Amino acid sequence: MNDTGYDYSVVKGFAFSALFWLVIGLVIGLWIAFEMFDPSLNLTPWLSFGRLRVVHTNGLGLGFGLAGIFATAYYMLQRLTRTPLPFPGLAKAHLWLFNAAIAAAAVSLMAGMNTTKEYAELEWPLDVGVVILWVMFAINVFAILVKRQEKQMYISLWYLVAMTVTVAVLYIVNNLEIPLTLFKSYSLYAGANDANVQWWYGHNIVGFIFTVPVLAMFYYFLPKATGLPIYSHRLSIVSFWALIFAYLWTGAHHLMLTPLPEWIQTVAIAFSIFLIAPSWGSVVNGYYTLQGNWDQMRTNYLTKFFILGITFYGLQTLQGPLQGLRTLNAFFHYTDWVVGHVHMGTMGWVTMIISASFYYMIPKVTGRELYSVKLANTHFWLILVGQLAWTVTMWIGGIQQGAMWKATNPDGSLMYSFLDGLTSLYPYYRMRFAAGVVYFIGILLFAWNLIQTVRQAPSASAEA
Amino acid sequence: MGIYSKPVVFALISALVILVGTVVTVFVPMFMPSTQPVSAYVKPYTAIEQEGRDLYMREGCNNCHTQTVRPLRTEVLRYGEYSKAEEFAWDRPFLWGSRRTGPDLNRIGGKYPDSWHYRHMHSPQSMFALSNMPPYGWLAGNRLDTSNSFRKTQILGYGYTEEQVKQQIAEYKTKVTAPEYDSKATRDQVTPEALRGDLTEMDAIVAYMQKLGRDVKAMEKQ
Repeated sequence: MNDTGYDYSVVKGFAFSALFWLVIGLVIGLWIAFEMFDPSLNLTPWLSFGRLRVVHTNGLGLGFGLAGIFATAYYMLQRLTRTPLPFPGLAKAHLWLFNAAIAAAAVSLMAGMNTTKEYAELEWPLDVGVVILWVMFAINVFAILVKRQEKQMYISLWYLVAMTVTVAVLYIVNNLEIPLTLFKSYSLYAGANDANVQWWYGHNIVGFIFTVPVLAMFYYFLPKATGLPIYSHRLSIVSFWALIFAYLWTGAHHLMLTPLPEWIQTVAIAFSIFLIAPSWGSVVNGYYTLQGNWDQMRTNYLTKFFILGITFYGLQTLQGPLQGLRTLNAFFHYTDWVVGHVHMGTMGWVTMIISASFYYMIPKVTGRELYSVKLANTHFWLILVGQLAWTVTMWIGGIQQGAMWKATNPDGSLMYSFLDGLTSLYPYYRMRFAAGVVYFIGILLFAWNLIQTVRQAPSASAEA
Repeated sequence: MGIYSKPVVFALISALVILVGTVVTVFVPMFMPSTQPVSAYVKPYTAIEQEGRDLYMREGCNNCHTQTVRPLRTEVLRYGEYSKAEEFAWDRPFLWGSRRTGPDLNRIGGKYPDSWHYRHMHSPQSMFALSNMPPYGWLAGNRLDTSNSFRKTQILGYGYTEEQVKQQIAEYKTKVTAPEYDSKATRDQVTPEALRGDLTEMDAIVAYMQKLGRDVKAMEKQ
């Protein structure tokens, strides 16, 4: 196979953009984690928790997550179709516009331009920008698929197509708003209806950005990194269609016991439970891929990233449906339990898979050996320990807070004031901050390792 | 396998598959009365309350405060009557939130006098030493911008005339700047001298706090 026609510059560009926004997003994460137990860091209006939290979520979700997805997508698309990128100039423009949009997003959110719909906080001019960016990406996706040299589309391509289609629908529908000025708009929907649209979006944007394309990476880079074919093609087909069908019904489990019509909540619970099956379809497919070769967990530094990553995905997709059940939700909702749940997905599953994918991909696209496997191993252990300490701390804090909110005296009155519940969490918030620092050091090693990789002289053997 | 080698067909089928749940649980309910009930008791926000609501959004208060009381015994004990869909008929966007770092605010209106809110916004730690809420004293240093107030009520369909909006603003200004205003001492304390005769962002956010849940409380009394 002749590699010379492939355009890897945009792959590299997006990969290093992802690293940049990852570091920025985590610094902001540490900042707001500190504010949670010491409000003195709310130094200025634009550094106050309410504004900064959305910079953290958008910076990591859109900045790091999307850049990581675009980097790996542009790579996988070319390799899996055996076709060079049809419009490399468009992809380059996509890269620059993307970074400009994320920077503008961060500044506008710090300035308080916030529509308040979670993960859709950007004001309407930036929404238009996001749609344009998505179209620029979609043109290359569909053009390369139409022009492809490889007849069959591999599993990873299905997931990328599903993401491209679904994110467009989600983003446009939830962001329909009536502009007041360039910096302010009002949602087209009101009240319970707005809530329903928002959490259909909120749940699925997580699904189609933090699950679907990350599964695309998993299905591509796991076999590549281990040299083992995916265990079952049939299982991956069933899992794919069941996952993308069921996901869209489940948004209302974020609105349990709110004034949203009860039947929508109940349907969401049912489909959430059903979702365990296709989610675990991919988990099982991953585990069985390794059968007979589990020694790779020791011998191949990348394998453990993938297997721990898919394990966190598996835990995540069990925990999610369970905390969506009405009874458990009544206890856990609005506490830090949910914060722990989300972060196991992002810090465990998403970051582990993107890390391993980059470790495999960056040497390939730059023609250099990875700078240090030892450093990559240290990175693995730091983010594993950091993430576990982080999430477990938040689960315990969440259980405690839920219990304190519910506790009553023998006469039926409330046992604790709201402030009692909050202040009892401060020790957990301090531990969470410390765990975040450990995690952050791991991420700095990750970035350092890849920067050093591309700064080395090219090696003759790195390009397969 | 046919569709796995036909990308356009594959994309169309994927779109149909994701649209089934979307149509049933989101698009159809959009047109059902149960997602948008109205109540004669629930009045739209005044121009000032709406300005306060916009500041609540600008500062991202929804990141730490919810606005839905669930129908659970301890929750009703703590906050008051549980929330009903019709209360949110005018809310664009909804501000139910997803995390309670601070308490729920859906029944905060009328719970405390304005002076409580002025003092608490100015410095939460002066009232609750261990609170982790950011101080918002600087809101009192910003003159309230009402240049878009009428346009806002138009877009949101509140049905006020321009005259009515002007009157609402003038009336609220008269109220909080009057010598007999019951929270005057605290307001003067937190507001810079130059702005005491004017409406500030702090005034608007306090007005919004006092609106939350007030219509329901009024209805309960009847």
